[in-house]
Amino acid sequence: MSTVTPMQTHDAVTPLAVERLRADFPIFARPMNGKRLVFLDNAASAQKPEAVIRAIDECYGEYYANIHRGVYQLSQRSTQAYEAVRGKVRALLNGADDREVVFVRGATEAINLVAHSYVRPRLGPGDEILITGMEHHSNIVPWQLLCEETGATLVVSPITDKGEVDVEDFRSRLTARTKFVSIVHVSNALGTVNPVQEMIAAAHEFGVAVLVDGAQSVPHLSVDVAELDCDFYCFSGHKIYGPSGVGVLWGRLDLLREMRPYQGGGEMIRYVTFERSEFAEPPQRFEAGTPNIAGVVGLGAAIDYVCAIGTERIAAHEHALLEYATARLGEVEGVRIIGTATAKAGVISFLMGRVHPHDIGTVLDLEGVAIRAGHHCAQPVMQRYGIPATARASFGLYNTYDDVDVLVRALDKVRELFI
Amino acid sequence: MSDLRDLYQEVILDHNKHPRNFRSVEPHSHQANGYNPLCGDRVTIQLSVEGGVIAQIGFQGDGCAISTASASLMTEALEGRTVEEAQALFDRFHDLVTRDDAYPEAALGKIAVLAGVRDYPMRVKCATLAWHTLHAALAEKDEVSTE
Ligand SMILES: Cc1ncc(COP(=O)(O)O)c(C=O)c1O
Repeated sequence: MSTVTPMQTHDAVTPLAVERLRADFPIFARPMNGKRLVFLDNAASAQKPEAVIRAIDECYGEYYANIHRGVYQLSQRSTQAYEAVRGKVRALLNGADDREVVFVRGATEAINLVAHSYVRPRLGPGDEILITGMEHHSNIVPWQLLCEETGATLVVSPITDKGEVDVEDFRSRLTARTKFVSIVHVSNALGTVNPVQEMIAAAHEFGVAVLVDGAQSVPHLSVDVAELDCDFYCFSGHKIYGPSGVGVLWGRLDLLREMRPYQGGGEMIRYVTFERSEFAEPPQRFEAGTPNIAGVVGLGAAIDYVCAIGTERIAAHEHALLEYATARLGEVEGVRIIGTATAKAGVISFLMGRVHPHDIGTVLDLEGVAIRAGHHCAQPVMQRYGIPATARASFGLYNTYDDVDVLVRALDKVRELFI
Repeated sequence: MSDLRDLYQEVILDHNKHPRNFRSVEPHSHQANGYNPLCGDRVTIQLSVEGGVIAQIGFQGDGCAISTASASLMTEALEGRTVEEAQALFDRFHDLVTRDDAYPEAALGKIAVLAGVRDYPMRVKCATLAWHTLHAALAEKDEVSTE
């Protein structure tokens, strides 16, 4: 344990008993290079609490069987456990109906599903899809593929020097040709929280449906799809302390009902003959084949875990860490923070002099500090700033002020070696 | 896990801060651009080969300490060598940074200081980028990616 005390006290977040929460995560019981693990790569993926690991274990050890098929008790139990998670997701996002919740592999698959099943049949030559200049590759490439196929155009609303959407510019790019809007809620590369509610309202004036990529917002913010009035919302289980390989597409039921299937197979049909098939209603229509049953169960446990703590308290804690880290990094000579939006979540991208982020990452690793170094699957953002990569620290509910202090001290080692 | 100084040896830090042959070579007989998509590192190698001998070699680009030092050390080692010698050195260097049983051979000289990357699998491509780019230049290919 480090003995450094924070530079100031933070009464606002003491309600989150972080050291006790850390004990919920088995990985923190293991030292890293003989040191306390300081895990600051939560934007890439979060660590798992015992409750999630146990739920997956119980699913396989106590009641596992394929779902929606067997008449025997095991299958019923596992079907119930799987289906119960839809209600948890609906409550987490404040949706209206459990049938709005489609289980997918993650945010990436959710975006591809919407591209294929909702947007593609509506798209022709000359049509446009609008995104922002800070999208993750997963919210760029599916649209490029679609545009290539249909002769439509991908339109990008560029970001400002601070790393914010220019809402006026965004509005000006909405036209009668715009057929779909897909925007990130919180940028994984810059930490910017976008004014998505305002952007959605603007798109709706043109009668255009909007997908919000919430991979970085759930559970770092409280998300309310009713208040946002979005048409689709997606997130990944592994970033909210749940397992990888599972995620959610939330969609308005009337839209899901109009949509054609994403993949064909078992589970997504009502009736099949060799001539034609009748498709099941949503959400089953979009869940062809045997799904990630234990993964969905684990996701349910992760949602229970974060809801028991409270997403607002988590957001407040991470925001306090962000402010502390921004101040402390600002004191480090040569550090330049990339992404200085007014509204930010717990993500800090930075550069240090001319030191390459990979060298920063390697030095910090040997100090037990895990950060991300690279382009964060957002190369257009790097191009916007004319840099090849950044170092990025991103916070989770188990991070402490001490973690930030260890990071800052480890940066002294970087200076010693390279500057 | 090894110590930081096993990876970032003095020679590497020095070549990173003060890269040798960091320049364009005009006129040149061979050139290639190398790209490492993992970290966005780019390097351009230019050389003028006269009668099978590397008369001049220079590099330019933007990369981490390992890739910059590796390119710098490579250019230093290759000036005045024959193309065949360069290819042989490439093979030996590759072994050095990827094989546990490789040992710094005398013939490698200073570039043997990069042996430490062996313990950092994610960084091996940083060390080999310049060499792959050289290889592409000599094979008269314009572009190479470490993917
Ligand atoms: C903003 C954003 N969108 C989408 C994704 C893709 O998520 P996944 O890889 O879990 O599908 C990520 C993951 O890094 C992300 O940060």
